[in-house]
Amino acid sequence: MTLSGALEIASCTDPGMVRSHNEDSIASDADKGLVVLADGMGGYNAGEVASGMATTVIITELQQLLEKTGPYGVDDRSGEEVAHQLLRDQIAKANTSIYQAAQSQPQYAGMGTTLVVALFYDNKMTVAHIGDSRLYRLRGDEFSQVTRDHSLLQEQIDSGVITPQQARQSQNKNLVTRALGIDPIVEAEIHDYGTQTGDIYLLCSDGLCDMVSDDEIGLALQTLSSNLKLCAQHLVQTANDNGGRDNVSVILVRVLRGYAAPRGMIRKMMTWFR
Amino acid sequence: MAKLILSMDGLVLKEINLTKERTTIGRKPHNDIQIDNLAVSGEHAVIVTILEDSFLEDLGSTNGTVVNGQPIKKHFLQNNDIIELGKYKLKYVAEASAGQAQLADFEKTMILRPGASKGVAAGAAQAVAAAPAAAASSAKNLGDTAAIQATAAQGPASRPSAAAPQKAATLQLLSGPNAGKELDLTKPLTTLGKPGVQVAVITRRPQGFFITHVEGASFPVVNGKPLDAQAHSLNDHDVIDLAGVKMEFFFKT
Repeated sequence: MTLSGALEIASCTDPGMVRSHNEDSIASDADKGLVVLADGMGGYNAGEVASGMATTVIITELQQLLEKTGPYGVDDRSGEEVAHQLLRDQIAKANTSIYQAAQSQPQYAGMGTTLVVALFYDNKMTVAHIGDSRLYRLRGDEFSQVTRDHSLLQEQIDSGVITPQQARQSQNKNLVTRALGIDPIVEAEIHDYGTQTGDIYLLCSDGLCDMVSDDEIGLALQTLSSNLKLCAQHLVQTANDNGGRDNVSVILVRVLRGYAAPRGMIRKMMTWFR
Repeated sequence: MAKLILSMDGLVLKEINLTKERTTIGRKPHNDIQIDNLAVSGEHAVIVTILEDSFLEDLGSTNGTVVNGQPIKKHFLQNNDIIELGKYKLKYVAEASAGQAQLADFEKTMILRPGASKGVAAGAAQAVAAAPAAAASSAKNLGDTAAIQATAAQGPASRPSAAAPQKAATLQLLSGPNAGKELDLTKPLTTLGKPGVQVAVITRRPQGFFITHVEGASFPVVNGKPLDAQAHSLNDHDVIDLAGVKMEFFFKT
């Protein structure tokens, strides 16, 4: 399966102005329609190890699997969508790897990572996320957040303890309720979304959305949409100008053209010739 | 950790650290903060503290609770808020203000997970339970906050700046059909040029204004010199040539 030419991807990652290590990790493959972003946590370099393991395991395993077959349709046995199954299995594999490394090596004890993955296929994308790394969408003039954080603040917002405006003032920003590699089993939140030509998707670590308001991110995407690379650099720069208190990572994905599943077309041709 | 400073008529009576998840305020002696004054109800108000955040809630008191001059039912306390109960004043001070706050700010992402409940976690759970019932289930997920040791990051305490330079700047068109027109550079990003032909962007940053090439085969020219792909810092009275239109950049005085 290849989506070559359907997606344009630009990314940028930076340690920020305060931290010496970059514990974020990003990876992408435009041909396979795959983007992965992870924000690691844990002492010394354990955060980097966790996020690096997450992106490496997920991207290399999925690349191999997608080489064989496209993530289309529904699995016959389980009745689950193939794309969901692929993502869930590879996330579970990454979780196990990180968890076992953390258990077996004392310097990695307690390490973990947030994760956001998007897999593009058949004019849609499947998004899986864990923790507070986010995916946003710019469609036309509308800029909106697609994922909902797994964080204490989001839970407080959901239950009405605080408002989203108050949340920006909160001191409890850095607490996630789910992460990869902390427990033997982790449940990723997985959803499907339709994509349209011209959509721009932004994957980012909390280093961006904590430092730059959604309005300003949206403005940057709209203004600089013709140059994704510059846009990615500008977002990182803005986060750093505002203090850059955390590692900042962004991946931008633009949908250049439709990319319907080839199977559908082949099937149509078959019926034509019959 | 945050604290409250109780005073009356400008006289400080005592300081109370918000160590508990629920700190009650009222006239009756069983309250954590007892204020023996007839204007204060028996159970007047409560402060619920969830980790670093504190919320003040009026418990249906007769005379009400006022924060910064506004009567409230429920309020998310911010540093230096003044809570008024009759003649008494309680000032909320988030400990963060003294360096420790900045450290807290720098704390890395941590995970909250189920497991051995520590004091804080139990506090959070109870506090959330005190809020709408929907919160109760999520509160169960809160647990051992020490799952990952937070390590405060090193480095200078660079507070987020106002994100904009002090000086305002303007662009005046020198040629073309709109010659003479001025464009105030108030937005963080201002694009110039014709989409599809040549576009440049001027970014407003704390360090000043910068021009960067966005799209098109030719690059903008500043003072007769063509730019490369890098951002270029703009100086007072620089002349920009973009898509055949000349414009002058200057700071407003």
